[in-house]
Amino acid sequence: MLKIKNLHASIEGKEILKGINLEINPGEVHAIMGPNGSGKSTLSSVIAGREEYEMTDGEIIFEGEDLNDMDPEVRAHKGVFLSFQYPVEIPGVSVTNFIKTAINANRKAHGKEDMPANEMLKVIREKSEMLEIDRKFLSRSLNEGFSGGEKKRNEIFQMAMLEPKLSILDETDSGLDIDALKIVANGVNKLRTENNAVMLITHYQRLLNYIVPDFVHVLVDGKIVKSGGKELAHELEERGYDWVKEGAV
Amino acid sequence: MELKDKLISSFLAFEEGLDPDSNLDSLRNEAIKDFENLGFPNKKDENWKYTSLNSVLKHDYSVFPKKEDAIEYRDIKKYLIHDIDTYDLVFIDGIFSSHLSQTTHDNIDVCLMSSALNKDKYRPVIDNYYNKIAPKSGLNSLNTAFAREGAYIHIHKNKLTDKPIQIINFATGNESSLLLQPRNLVVVDENSHVQIIERHQSLTDHPVLTNSVTEIFADRRAIVDYYKIQNDNSAASLIDNTYIEQKDESNVSVHTFSFGGKLTRNNLNFYQKGERIDSTMKGVTIIEDKQHVDHNTLVHHIQPNCESHQDYKGIFGDSSTGVFNGKVVVEKEAQKINAYQSNNNILADDKATINSKPQLEIFADDVKCSHGCTIGQLDEEALFYLQSRGIPRKEARGLMMYAFANNVLESVKIPEVKKRINKLIASKLEVDLGFNL
Repeated sequence: MLKIKNLHASIEGKEILKGINLEINPGEVHAIMGPNGSGKSTLSSVIAGREEYEMTDGEIIFEGEDLNDMDPEVRAHKGVFLSFQYPVEIPGVSVTNFIKTAINANRKAHGKEDMPANEMLKVIREKSEMLEIDRKFLSRSLNEGFSGGEKKRNEIFQMAMLEPKLSILDETDSGLDIDALKIVANGVNKLRTENNAVMLITHYQRLLNYIVPDFVHVLVDGKIVKSGGKELAHELEERGYDWVKEGAV
Repeated sequence: MELKDKLISSFLAFEEGLDPDSNLDSLRNEAIKDFENLGFPNKKDENWKYTSLNSVLKHDYSVFPKKEDAIEYRDIKKYLIHDIDTYDLVFIDGIFSSHLSQTTHDNIDVCLMSSALNKDKYRPVIDNYYNKIAPKSGLNSLNTAFAREGAYIHIHKNKLTDKPIQIINFATGNESSLLLQPRNLVVVDENSHVQIIERHQSLTDHPVLTNSVTEIFADRRAIVDYYKIQNDNSAASLIDNTYIEQKDESNVSVHTFSFGGKLTRNNLNFYQKGERIDSTMKGVTIIEDKQHVDHNTLVHHIQPNCESHQDYKGIFGDSSTGVFNGKVVVEKEAQKINAYQSNNNILADDKATINSKPQLEIFADDVKCSHGCTIGQLDEEALFYLQSRGIPRKEARGLMMYAFANNVLESVKIPEVKKRINKLIASKLEVDLGFNL
């Protein structure tokens, strides 16, 4: 599904990613772990197509296509979804209207008619119930005045609505208390199929108790220095990042 | 001949056509003299620093339209808020159109200025209120000299108008270029309530200049909600001069929606002559090409314990220009007032310009006055967020601008007006709305 080869990326001339290789297949969950500043969020931003980042070398192949020259919305149409670490507040646009606009923009890109209003309502109801989202919440302005937990839950709600092939969850666990974490993780698990994949970006092992990864990769200074199974996450939790860092030199 | 000279020499002919016994005779004569002395404002005037009338004054305007053009309801329906019942005052080239209008004298007077000026019955109201708060200025004096038609609205004590009133001024293509000078008077007595929608619409590509004067008096505990829809074509210009006097505990709001026209200047002035008064001014401006919109507001806090709220938003595309000049004067006696002013702008193109100038003159020491002004582009992070959900960049921009402008509509009290403005904003921004925000 996703093949990243020798990815180098920089922002304002500063190189952040220094040769990433990663392959994600349908049905898999990959966790990307690493200390602060190692390039985890940069990796997710580059895959989603954030303009400030410049890909200086390598390639990102998604479903056989090179993402490099695609606008962010085109990547979304292909099935890439990024759950933001810091979701943006957009006053004046309600959650419901935002998601309707997004759904129909994606349908349009695939040559489909707008989703009928009653069907839209039905899907919104189903998905919001799954994530235990209050209906009042849906009429509020997007992310405006939301708590950290509400913002993250709202991201997963959008993911549930858009049904992407590849979901990149950037620090989705930060700002969540344990109950909210369980709800979010439960939602992500329910959305998993053998045809989609999840890339979890996280600093801590905690989330991985609830969303169990097939692979764990450790990112240090813009490179993946170690890959392994879920047990690697436990080892990192116990021993910290220093021992892998040493191995990287 | 320059327009000013032409107008002055036309005045004699104009006067001859009027009833010589008209009680406005001396007022008109005085006004034309004032206009002769003051002339049109120019850029040397601090209040007109950013707006030049030169391009609109160069036309050879016809001052007296020759005849009423035949307009059918179906031709103008779209310019009216037609999905609700309203009183309508429709003027075509400055002349009242009885077949398109719906007036009333049932507890309230919604009728013509011309009949109010000429009938004894209305004499006391005219004597008390006509030309009492519009200050002497070139434009006001010009209007006073020539005005003979417009809306006369008088809501009697303790009356609630059962439906909104629409004042619509159409200009047709009968004259090659036309100067219109409507004159409106709105008197709202104690404990009364009225909602008014005003629109100026040119139906021709010929130049039209409207110099309108509206005086509004809100007596104790009166409520006035006034909506100005300015979405005219690119050959039409409007100078709107509106003056509002408020008494104790009255509440007046004016919403100005400026979406089109060659040049639009809104002179909006509130005088708070009482306590516990609330004055609200809101505006949404969305323009493009070489259009120009200037909001010049004044709130004069004269007495204590009052509030004023100003919230103007603007989106300027292409090489359009905007001006916001918001003046708040707080007199020494006006303690414990709360004056809030906000002006936010988005420049959607590199060539667009906005001049924003708050002016606060505060002579009292126990007051809350705040003002804020922003000028910016759209937030790239937010655009990326929308794009990452599959919303194309152009639509994402439209959606964000729509959301930016649209929250001014929260205070619009007539749902159909809100809906109409909603749609106008969406179409101006080319946002395809599958929903109503």
